[in-house]
Amino acid sequence: MPPEVYPVSQVTRYLRELLENNRHLTEVWVAGEISNLTRASSGHIYFTLKDERGALRCAFFRNRNIGQRMPLAEGLSVVVYGSLSLYEQRGDLSFVVDFVQPEGTGSLAAEFERLRDRFEAEGLFALERKRALPAFPQRVGVVTSSTGAVWHDICDVLGRRWPLATLVLQPTPVQGEGASPSIAEAIRSVVQHNVDLVIVARGGGSAEDLWAFNEEPVIRAIFGCPVPVVSAVGHETDNTLADLVADVRAPTPSAAAELVAPDRAAVGRHVSVLQTQITVTTTRNMARASEGVEAQQRHLVRALPAVDALQQRVRERGLAMTRAVRAHRDHAVIGVASQQARVAALSPLATLERGYALVVREDGSVATSATALAGGERVSLRLRDGSRDARIEGLL
Amino acid sequence: MTTANDDSFEALYERLQAVTARLEEGNLPLEESVTLYEEGMVLAQRCQALLATVEQRIETLREQYEDGFSR
Repeated sequence: MPPEVYPVSQVTRYLRELLENNRHLTEVWVAGEISNLTRASSGHIYFTLKDERGALRCAFFRNRNIGQRMPLAEGLSVVVYGSLSLYEQRGDLSFVVDFVQPEGTGSLAAEFERLRDRFEAEGLFALERKRALPAFPQRVGVVTSSTGAVWHDICDVLGRRWPLATLVLQPTPVQGEGASPSIAEAIRSVVQHNVDLVIVARGGGSAEDLWAFNEEPVIRAIFGCPVPVVSAVGHETDNTLADLVADVRAPTPSAAAELVAPDRAAVGRHVSVLQTQITVTTTRNMARASEGVEAQQRHLVRALPAVDALQQRVRERGLAMTRAVRAHRDHAVIGVASQQARVAALSPLATLERGYALVVREDGSVATSATALAGGERVSLRLRDGSRDARIEGLL
Repeated sequence: MTTANDDSFEALYERLQAVTARLEEGNLPLEESVTLYEEGMVLAQRCQALLATVEQRIETLREQYEDGFSR
């Protein structure tokens, strides 16, 4: 059986795939010194990374070098991050560079810088996408370890300041292997429970302990969180990428609990102030309204002099009429009196006063003629002070 | 995300502030201002009642990675 013959392109492709699928040769940090530095007009940067015993061709493409902070120069000792690959058309081995750091930076710090630059270039830390926290949260999600002081501190502070909020704890390991994807999953889980915001917290520790909060799963989960996220990782001096991507960074977990809710005592005082304010305002409005009514009344009174004059006239008329009536009455009385006097003067009684007598017949009539009286007729003689019976004599 | 329902502290407090602002603004018929005042006092009392809450409610969810990736 003859040996198999391969075309070159198949070999180079196989080699490239071999390199790119080897986890020891992809996404690795390599330390060396820059030489043969060239900048192509395309914006790509090429250099050789070498030490005493080896050399590696490096390609730092434009789309990767655009965010590079540290200027590159010949002879500079650096650590580069990237993956080995093969340029198939020429069969050249090439280290495709993602990131360059000055040598002497610790590997963790270098990785931190690399991730920070990468996320920043993606816009994950953009200030304009930071969201404001709700004024009065009803449900607060907490992503942290269920053991330890952090959860206790958060419960304590919120229980004191704003017990109106329900706390929803999603426990998760916060350090060690798998911590970052676990925290990320916890963030995605807690937002399923109707929370207004999420506190992602961890107590103090070494840079290695806090490392999960710099890793991509956590950063992406915070970035993708539908509600605002408050980061509270370690102490105030600890900086993590979670702090940069979060909407609000709290220096400590206790501080995060203070940040997310108001103090109910202060809010209660403000409610009292509003209560006083509306009472004062309403009282003033009512006073103003009643003043208005009084002013209207005064205005009406001022506006009605005609009525007054009418009243005056009526009163005057009344008086005149009264006077007239009274005068008339007086006059009438006087008249009546004089009439009475006259009548009195005409009364037969007055005549009797003078010594005359009336002859009153049995039928009560007064005899005015002697011829009307018959002999023997019984009559009554009425004098000034009384009557006496009498009998007519003669003519018989 | 929770939306503030009518009985939430936020809803009551916002309404109280709106009532206060409306009363301060003035130019209200007396009857309306008295009605608003009464509403404001009720809102304030309900706010104070909520603020007097002492019991904190806590819900603890199951840990996500207890056995690998299972719930």
